[in-house]
Amino acid sequence: MAGLLALPFTVLAGDAPAPEIPKAKEKATEEYGCVAPVEYMRKNHMDELMHKRDDTLREGIRTDKFSLAECINCHVTPDEDGQFASFGEDEHFCSTCHNYASVSVDCFSCHRDTPEDTDYRHSFNVGNNPHHGKMALKGNKLSVETLKVLTEGDQE
Amino acid sequence: MTNKTYNADLSRRHFFSKAAAAAGMAIAPGVFLRQVHARPAEQAATSEKRWGILIDTDKCAKGCDSCVTACMNENGWGEINNSEEHSNPHQKAQWIRKVTVKDKQTGHVQSLPLMCQHCENPPCVDVCPTGASMKRADGIVLVDKHTCIGCRYCMMACPYKARSFIHEDLEDQKVVAPRGKGTVESCTMCVHRVDEDGTPACVEACNADNHNAMYFGDLKDPNSEISRQLKQYGGEQLRADLGLNTGVRYRGL
Amino acid sequence: MKKAQFMEIEGRSFGYLALLGILGAIILVALGAWYVMEHHGHYVTGMNNAIVWGTPHIFAIFLIVAASGALNVASISSVFNKTAYKPLARLSGLLAIALLAGGLMILVLDLGRPDRLIVAMTYYNFKSIFAWNIILYNGFFVIVAVYLWMMMQQSMNKYSKPVGIAAFLWRLILTTGTGSIFGFLVARDAFDAAIMAPMFIIMSFSFGLAIFLLVLMASYRWTGRPLGDALFQRLKNLLGVFVAAVLYFVLAYHLTNLYATEHHGIEAFILRDGGIYTQLFWIGQIVLGSLLPLLLFYHPSWGKKRSLVGLGAVLVIIGGLIQLYVLIIGGQAYPLEIFPGKEVIESSFFDGQVAQYTPSMWEVLLGLGGMAVALIMVALAVKILRFLPTSLADEDVDPHHSA
Repeated sequence: MAGLLALPFTVLAGDAPAPEIPKAKEKATEEYGCVAPVEYMRKNHMDELMHKRDDTLREGIRTDKFSLAECINCHVTPDEDGQFASFGEDEHFCSTCHNYASVSVDCFSCHRDTPEDTDYRHSFNVGNNPHHGKMALKGNKLSVETLKVLTEGDQE
Repeated sequence: MTNKTYNADLSRRHFFSKAAAAAGMAIAPGVFLRQVHARPAEQAATSEKRWGILIDTDKCAKGCDSCVTACMNENGWGEINNSEEHSNPHQKAQWIRKVTVKDKQTGHVQSLPLMCQHCENPPCVDVCPTGASMKRADGIVLVDKHTCIGCRYCMMACPYKARSFIHEDLEDQKVVAPRGKGTVESCTMCVHRVDEDGTPACVEACNADNHNAMYFGDLKDPNSEISRQLKQYGGEQLRADLGLNTGVRYRGL
Repeated sequence: MKKAQFMEIEGRSFGYLALLGILGAIILVALGAWYVMEHHGHYVTGMNNAIVWGTPHIFAIFLIVAASGALNVASISSVFNKTAYKPLARLSGLLAIALLAGGLMILVLDLGRPDRLIVAMTYYNFKSIFAWNIILYNGFFVIVAVYLWMMMQQSMNKYSKPVGIAAFLWRLILTTGTGSIFGFLVARDAFDAAIMAPMFIIMSFSFGLAIFLLVLMASYRWTGRPLGDALFQRLKNLLGVFVAAVLYFVLAYHLTNLYATEHHGIEAFILRDGGIYTQLFWIGQIVLGSLLPLLLFYHPSWGKKRSLVGLGAVLVIIGGLIQLYVLIIGGQAYPLEIFPGKEVIESSFFDGQVAQYTPSMWEVLLGLGGMAVALIMVALAVKILRFLPTSLADEDVDPHHSA
């Protein structure tokens, strides 16, 4: 897989200008910038994503490192007008290189190719919770609003 | 600390890891926030749990489709996602639907939501040629769209018509619910929420509307609300004759 | 009896080139239809989330079933030592490969993700009968190809019997697998029956021989090679037996269902209330596809006319397609019994209602394309290799030889 990607780079290196890769939103780690050294990511991101996809879907392992959603969150950034490029357009982080190297990817026929503005994790989930049942919330003085106040401002 | 503690319920893991205030902090006299059974992100789902949903058809309100709307919003299908505009109503995705049934003998009318029943022995998993149709260790039945070839044999096998085939290109999917043309999909029991110790969107919405017709929880934990409810009042499987041991149960049917 | 002489057909006539041209055009149109479905998605087809297998599956399963049946003629000669069929064995094997290829092409192109064919070949769920079928189909190509080689290379002839037996057993397993695709569906009233596997085997005998007979008639007529009456009659009588056997299995299937109260709904639907499916069943499958061919085959004077026997074989093919349509699409159209003892009075997903299905042009074109692929393979192969005996005149093949 890595070879597949590397080959066109070397072949085309002389003819076309190297693509201008959009800057990420933030540093994921101080050490490397990305979650792993950039060289490593360029070579192995597909294997890591492939591995992660099975871990996540089949095992329920939902760590952020190598998560496609986190890649998109950080790397797919808006232009001056606040618009996000879609996969396929040269401005999209993934397309930048994939268009250049003519390597097609199948991720975005199903996966969202831009960050999502809402974060489902911030929604409240009251009443029937799995471990205590709704009894836990009956007749207590702690309102949803209180919980909201307690949690607001401190989440990512 | 008693069993009757509170729980910020959303993603407890995020809440507790990021909100420093949380761990063990008393937020009211005698009441603690506590992390219960939360599975760390790097740990795989195990067969020590089996997630299930109990639906009380007596409480399920006729004409109410909060659960369906909540599912659409959560997972990005149906009316809220216009990208299925070419498909006719028979072709559009249906992760969860409301059905009203009438007993042929007694005329008793009931309303209930119908979705993937998350069988212990799912026919869809048995028949899938590539293994894309799969059951997680904790009993949640999913389609691995990475290996789904769109043969639709699982849809032939499902006794509940719970699966949908995507008939056209989609856009603007939700991060938590990737879905696309040529593959099959169905209710995921909001696995992304479950993995973060949350509750499926349908159950949450039903309770938010104070219908309280749906219970979500661990069928293997005898102390969970769902297990206690099932033990005390019972709950039936749809097409129990097929021996599939469904994870979704109905009471009052 | 003389040893049969095999010879390539000349393949320069206008008729031959026209045949290739027509078949090629049908294939091109079918590929265009496939492109439309692939580009837009399946919303352009008649399929939906209730009827998930539509017209392409009818054609595909018909061809796959017929493929294993087409091999019967070869099996009869190699396995059961009927020397009269020996000259026909090569064509039988060729047709088997060609029909399977045509059927699989349809099946693959109708997938939601045909680009992931490699996934189907590399990820296997061994509990799935569908996965087994993928192995059985691939194995069938290999075994029949080896079988043809054993038959066509003189020095290898001595192995043709054991390989023929292997091919015969393989094709029985293959059709069992195809029938079980439906037989293993526990939730569907129309399918969940052990009789599916043997019924599909006998259907394969009938459909396969009908196609074989027509291809044989056409190729001998168009090349001007002799085809003896006695041999022809023998094949025709055999086809008649197979058609009657299919009818018997259909009868047994419906009688069993009619006895069991739980199946009364689906039986009433197919036999009486199903509208188009009921009409197709009685008029298409029973009258046109079974009774009329039997009449044509066994009528004292009609049964001797090649044109009428050919018509009978065409009717068997049409009847077979209709039979699969009634079985597969009718079986899906009948609503799933999710709430036994209850009636669905409201549902956003048409529960409890008969599902709608209207075949789209694209699906029909793709299906016809699969048939054209099978035929063009045969037409090209008989020009390139020695599949057809120069003469099938009675004095050359000894059709009355029984041992």
